[in-house]
Parts: sequence; C-alpha cells; structure tokens
Amino acid sequence: MEKRVTFSRWTVGILFAVPQMLLIFTFFYWPAGQAVYWSLTLQQPWGGGNIWVGLDNFRSILASADYWNSITASLAFAAISTGLAMVIALVLAALTDRQLAGSRFYRVVLIWPYGIAAPALALAFRFILAPEAGFMAVVNRAWPGFWDPGLDGADAMASIIAAFSWKYVGYNFIFFLAAFQAIPRSLIEASAMDGAGVVRRFRDIQFPLITPTIFFLLVINITESFQDSFGIVDIMTSGGPANATNLMVYKIYSDGFKGLDYSGAAAQSIILMMLIVVLTIFQFRFIERRVHYR
Amino acid sequence: MASITIRDVRKSYARSQVVHGVDLDIASGEFVVILGPSGCGKSTLLRMIAGLEEISGGEIAIDGTVVNRLEPRERGCAMVFQNYALYPHMSVAQNIGYSLKVAGVASAERTERIRAVARILELEPLLERKPAALSGGQRQRVAMGRAMIREPKVFLFDEPLSNLDAKLRVQMRSEIRKLHRRLNATSVFVTHDQVEAMTLADRLVVMNGGRVEQVGTPGEIYSRPASRFVATFVGAPAMNILEGVVALDGLSLLGGSRRLAISRAGLPVGTEVAAGIRPEAVRLVAPGTRGALDATVDLVEELGAGRVVYVDLDGASFSVVTSETVHPLPGTAVGLQFSQADMHFFSSETGARLDVFKASVPVPAL
Repeated sequence: MEKRVTFSRWTVGILFAVPQMLLIFTFFYWPAGQAVYWSLTLQQPWGGGNIWVGLDNFRSILASADYWNSITASLAFAAISTGLAMVIALVLAALTDRQLAGSRFYRVVLIWPYGIAAPALALAFRFILAPEAGFMAVVNRAWPGFWDPGLDGADAMASIIAAFSWKYVGYNFIFFLAAFQAIPRSLIEASAMDGAGVVRRFRDIQFPLITPTIFFLLVINITESFQDSFGIVDIMTSGGPANATNLMVYKIYSDGFKGLDYSGAAAQSIILMMLIVVLTIFQFRFIERRVHYR
Repeated sequence: MASITIRDVRKSYARSQVVHGVDLDIASGEFVVILGPSGCGKSTLLRMIAGLEEISGGEIAIDGTVVNRLEPRERGCAMVFQNYALYPHMSVAQNIGYSLKVAGVASAERTERIRAVARILELEPLLERKPAALSGGQRQRVAMGRAMIREPKVFLFDEPLSNLDAKLRVQMRSEIRKLHRRLNATSVFVTHDQVEAMTLADRLVVMNGGRVEQVGTPGEIYSRPASRFVATFVGAPAMNILEGVVALDGLSLLGGSRRLAISRAGLPVGTEVAAGIRPEAVRLVAPGTRGALDATVDLVEELGAGRVVYVDLDGASFSVVTSETVHPLPGTAVGLQFSQADMHFFSSETGARLDVFKASVPVPAL
C-alpha cells in the first residue's frame, strides 16, 4: 500500500494548496483569461477602452495567408526540430549507455546547452552559421551561393532548426541515458543469452522499455518548439526572409508589439494555445497507447 | 548435452582478482552445484561460462570447443537469472518464445514449441499474461521455460530460487530436479544455500575467496570436508570447532582446560589443530559420565522433530542436535559424548584437513 498523508480537516489541506493555486492563478489563468478577453475585443491604439467585436479578430487572422504560412512554418519547425533533437539524443544515449567511464562528465556537459538562454545561443549560432565567416563559409567557398540564410528561406529555417535542436539534444540525452540505465542489466544479458545481437536487443528490449521516456520527451519537445523558439527566431532571423521563419510565437510578438495589433496578437495566442492543447491531447490519445509502462 | 572443461580460469577486475585459477570438469548430463558465500566468485565463474563476463585467464571449453572468444549466443548455453530477468513488455508466450523468434523459427512451429514447454511447466493458462501479473513462482517457471525452449546444451542457474519464499523454494527445487532428470542436460547451478546445494547436486563444488575448496558428491563433502571452511560452511547447524594443541597424551583443547585422549599419530607435540565435530554426531549424556565433556546448557531451540541445544564449554559455544526425548533446561549441566570416528581435524595454520588421527574407540576425556 502506498502511504499517503491524510488531514483530519479539509481546511488544512486547502491551506497547503493555496500558495501553489495562487501562483498558477496569477501567472496562468489570469493572463490566459485576459488574452481570451482581448481576443474578443478591439483594443484602441491610444487607450480609451475595448470595443467588443466577437470573433472578428479570429476571422481576420484565419483569412490571412500570412497566418497560414506561419502555422505551416511552425508545424514544419516543430516536426523537424523535435525529430532531429530526439533521434540524435537517442543515438548518443544508446552509445553512451554501458560505456560508463566518464558518464558523469557527459551528463554535466550535455545538460549545459539546455541551460543557455535562447538569445545567447541564437547569437552563437548566428556567427557559426554566418555565410561569410562561419563554418558554412567553407562550403560557400566550394559552392558559391550554396548557403545564405539571409536570402534563402529554407536556409534560414535550417539555421533555427539547427540552433533549437542543439539545445534540446542535451536535454533529451539526459533523459534517454537515465532511461537506458534504468533498464536492469540482466534483461540485456538475458536477451544476449537468447541470441539477440546489439541491434536486435535495442529494437526488441531497450527501445520498448524506454517508450515512456520517448513519449514524455515528444510532448515536451513539441510543446517547447512552439514556445521556446521565440528567442532563437528573434536573434537569428527576425522571422525573415520573406516570413519564411515567422513562427506563430514570433508572429504574436511582431504583430502585437511591433504592429501594435494587440487584439489580433491575443487571438493568435489563443489559437497557439488551442493548437498545443489539441496536439497534446492527440499524443496522449493515440501515441500513449503504444507506450509500455512497467 | 555437453561436457564443460574449465582450466585454470581466472578473473580480475582493474584492481582485484576475484577468481584465482579454477579447474573443473563437468561431465555431460551432470548436475553440478557451485556453493559458496557471497563474493566467493561463484556467480562470476558461471557468467564466464555463459559469456557474460570476459575470461581474464585460462580456458573454458564446452564439448571440447574453447569458447573464450565466443559470444553468449554461440555457446549454446541457457541461463536462469536470480531476478528472472523476464522482459516486462512481453507476454509469457513472447518471453518464452523470444529466442526462437530471434533465431527466425517460423511462427507456427514457435507456437507449437511454446505450448509444449508451457505444458511441462503448467503455464498454459498464463501464456497471455505479462510478467507483472504473475506470482514469484510463476515468474520463476517462465524463466525456466525461456531457458528450456532453446533445448540448450548447458543450463546455467544463477541463484534462481533465492527470491522465492521458503515453501516455494522447496517445491521449485524438486521441480528443477525432476526437469533435469527428464531433459538430462548438463546443468550448473550457483547458490549460497547449502540445503539447495545438497539436495540438487550430483556433484558439489564448494568455493571460497575465488578458489575451489572441494569438489565431490554431497555425501563426500558432508562426511569428509577437505578444509575447515567447507566443514563449517556445509551443514546446519554448523560443525563445532574446538581449537586445540597436540599434546603427548592426546589433544589439549580450549587453552588446556579440556583434554581428549586420542592417538596423535605422528604429529609433533605442540602442533595447533582445529578439531571439528558435527552437532548431529554428539550425544547428550548425564554430566559426569565417563569419557564425556561436561558443559552447561545455554539455549534450546525447538525444531519439532528434534531440538538444537547450545551449550557453553568453558566459554566456547558448542551445539548439539538431538532428536531424543531429552529436554535439557538452560542452565543445567550435561555431558557431551562423541566418538573419534566422527571427528574431523584441520590444520590451524592452513585450514587443510589432517587425516593423521586414527579413529579408535569412543573418545575418553581426561
């Protein structure tokens, strides 16, 4: 039996919950509620109150080709960067697992990228991937014009994907390595005795047993790729060229604070929130079924 | 079926050596139990046979083929692990059939063979369950089934019963024995439980500190332990050991407070020996009986069929197993009687068995 703390009076329990409830309310429900309210009104540019406009903000956003372009870019960014960050981390962790000399060192070193603020990281990648001076300059010397994120939308998208994935490879690696190490060694040995080679063991034993971790990281990575990408986009591309990297979260910012369309930006936040909610529900409904919990 | 030859096998890790040159021949179809305290290197030896540990020195051959460099799967061994090591995400049927699946056996044949094994182990109603939904004994049987289905040349058991409760352990023990009689595959069984070892083994290997102390049938090991370690490790309660010194007229025990008049047969006077006598070989007699050692009862453990009487012999603890209807009370005086034929002598220095004392008539204590 699991041991649980029980309180004789419900008021004591409530008292313990209050600080957390207060925080969640102040920093989540209140702003989210405000955003819903703004999205249904038109904010006057120089103050003077809101005018109720119903769903007009949503209608105009969803009628805009720019916005659909932003959604497509965001989905592509989420899919590719999550895929890259998870696959690379999985391979690194699988290779590191069992070769434990220095694994503590790896753990520390590989968590660092996650600790770097997105703008700082983006600045570094801006230099690294600069067409005239960075690593890619070497490629450009061989094939002039091959790489130019300032002009080519695909190159710009590749740049922000590289920066974001780099940050999350470290994060994912830590979780994958922990998951691999949580698999009892005797299971691997038993499958070796059963005749399975390294690849087969990975496919039949290790991979199924880390599916809870894979699922967790999938949800986190996708969610973060919609939100944590802001700093990277802002520093590296500012949404350009030609809106090629104008991800939803960046468009909210640029429309709201540069275009001063607060109400439209609020409506976009609501749509982004709904999108993330729907994606997460989808993952829990359809992907979690394939997860083996021990 | 296969024989196993182990020649001067050693295992060392970075700083320490854990197996120091083991030599062992296991005949085809034999059931060999390796017995020893934890950390004696018995599991390491087993894992070297399985191919899960690299062999640092020496040679292991299965059926005449040296397997030092072979992968586990190429050695034809199956292993039952202490914690069963069942794949938690697979059903019982998938667990049992995994090796066949890896080997590429067709699905129909696989199902057939899984059924056959499940029938033997009475697992048929459980085939679709996951390991988490099984009891300890059932998991143990699945682990056995997983080893059996491959029809291996060699079965390796790494303390497979130590996670079971006492009753189930006895039951599984006899099932393993029956299974061995039926399959007749060469089996190596590692345990620290001497009852398990005695009941299962055709031949028993007692290990200590990375070395083989003695190899023999359970009977031989019990009746003629080759060293003091084996003598005290095998048998419960443990053999009583009394430190003594060879004197002119026999053996002076416990710092000279007691004497046994036994022939010293060539050992120089002053040699330090350890005299052993099994608790089962001692008879309780009235105190003051001629030829018996007088002692005081400390504690009596009731076993139902008999009782273990712990007595105090000038400060040394000494145990006696008696099935007679004597009920000595703690604090009373008793006499301990035994014959020299039942005694074992070991060198105090090396612990090796000394066979110089010749058995004679009941030991007269002076």
